[in-house]
Amino acid sequence: MDVNLLEVEQLRKSYKDAEVLKGLSFTLARGDVLVVAGPSGCGKSTLLRCINGLEPFQSGVIRLSGRDLTAPGVKWTEVRQKVGMVFQSYELFPHMNVLDNLLLAPRKAQGLSKSEASARAASLLERVGLKDKMKSFPRELSGGQKQRVAILRALMMKPELMLFDEVTAALDPEMVREVLDLMLELATDGMTMIIVTHEMQFAQAAASRVLFMDEGEIVETSSPDVFFTFPKTDRAKQFLNIFHFEKKERRH
Amino acid sequence: MQDLGILLEGRNLERLLYGLWVTLRISFASIAASIICGIIFGVIMTLRNRVLQAVCRIYLELVRVLPQLVLLFLAYFGLTRAFNINLSGETSAVLVFVVWGTAEMGDLVRSALISIPRHQYDSGYALGLSKADVYMSIILPQTVRRLIPLAINLATRMIKTTSLVVLIGVVEMLKVGQQIIEANRYTAPRAALWIYGAIFALYFLACFPMSLIAGRLERRWT
Repeated sequence: MDVNLLEVEQLRKSYKDAEVLKGLSFTLARGDVLVVAGPSGCGKSTLLRCINGLEPFQSGVIRLSGRDLTAPGVKWTEVRQKVGMVFQSYELFPHMNVLDNLLLAPRKAQGLSKSEASARAASLLERVGLKDKMKSFPRELSGGQKQRVAILRALMMKPELMLFDEVTAALDPEMVREVLDLMLELATDGMTMIIVTHEMQFAQAAASRVLFMDEGEIVETSSPDVFFTFPKTDRAKQFLNIFHFEKKERRH
Repeated sequence: MQDLGILLEGRNLERLLYGLWVTLRISFASIAASIICGIIFGVIMTLRNRVLQAVCRIYLELVRVLPQLVLLFLAYFGLTRAFNINLSGETSAVLVFVVWGTAEMGDLVRSALISIPRHQYDSGYALGLSKADVYMSIILPQTVRRLIPLAINLATRMIKTTSLVVLIGVVEMLKVGQQIIEANRYTAPRAALWIYGAIFALYFLACFPMSLIAGRLERRWT
């Protein structure tokens, strides 16, 4: 039997007195798209940051392809090459053009030759229709373009797992679509992903599973069909109601 | 108009240019040392150590509130009086400008370093880059870009401020000019205008290219 790509067991994390992750456990098979939903401050982002070692945690085990990442001697720089992450604020490197943004990590961390890396970059840019922006600087791109380049930058490393931390939260509504479309395409291609998002319709379309968190705990794990139509827990119902508007009678 | 001739009389122009050389010599020695010490001082200020931060803060504020002239007098006359350390005018000048320049440059370095958003580091690390690569390829290039225009601005300020060293007896461009004017007081009473005019032009020639470069870099990088 194939091992799960990612296994998280009893993950605990606290800042000083406040415990933000209270013993989370879940697994992720290859090709899974896990959407993590929940109110702000419930620990979603922290969870992602723990998975690729940007945030230290107090206890628990994270396994990637069966390998314990908390074991001594694990090199996070190597782990992170397999785990791509995209942030809300895109954070392209402003002093480099699009191509150099894409080439930096494969060249420095994977030791790829310039021609090899450029070919990879060109085919990715081609695929999302940004090939003509290769020499543009981040400040010359729209928010949606920047975020797509940021996604490509992570894909350049050929990661096995992609983490998306509210990647559309800072974008104008019109830009959101192009970014979500790209993510949906990745999902269809079989990329394993963990997506933190507030775009509930997108979540329903993309997710193979929804993990609902509140106050540092997993409240519910369901298939998207169940979660969005008949959530098992009251807390999830309450949360989903936020996205639902009812037309009220006008008083006057 | 005939007083303009004073400028070209004898070795006057040559003397003025030598004065400019003294000015630039003091300036560039001070600027070079200030940049090196300032970078170190700036990095120290970003370290999260309360005691170090307090010491740095006191040094910075102290040097900033004291007029450079007071610092010059302190170094030139004060050190001799108090500790019997006898520095030449030029050495005291460089010492004072380095003390001052280090504080100012350090503050620029500190602000440039902390202005790089946290997420720039995270993005680098998340791509699997090592700490050295993140600093060399992502953080430092951005810091330097923010720093260069500010540093050039500081350098032009330092060049201008060196004219104060006249007051501790260093013969630089301004002093040479005054000597020429004094020597020709009776024969060419209006020479002052031309001599100071020439000095103005020479300062301008020394500083203007630098602010031009600063402006250009700023436009290109922001």
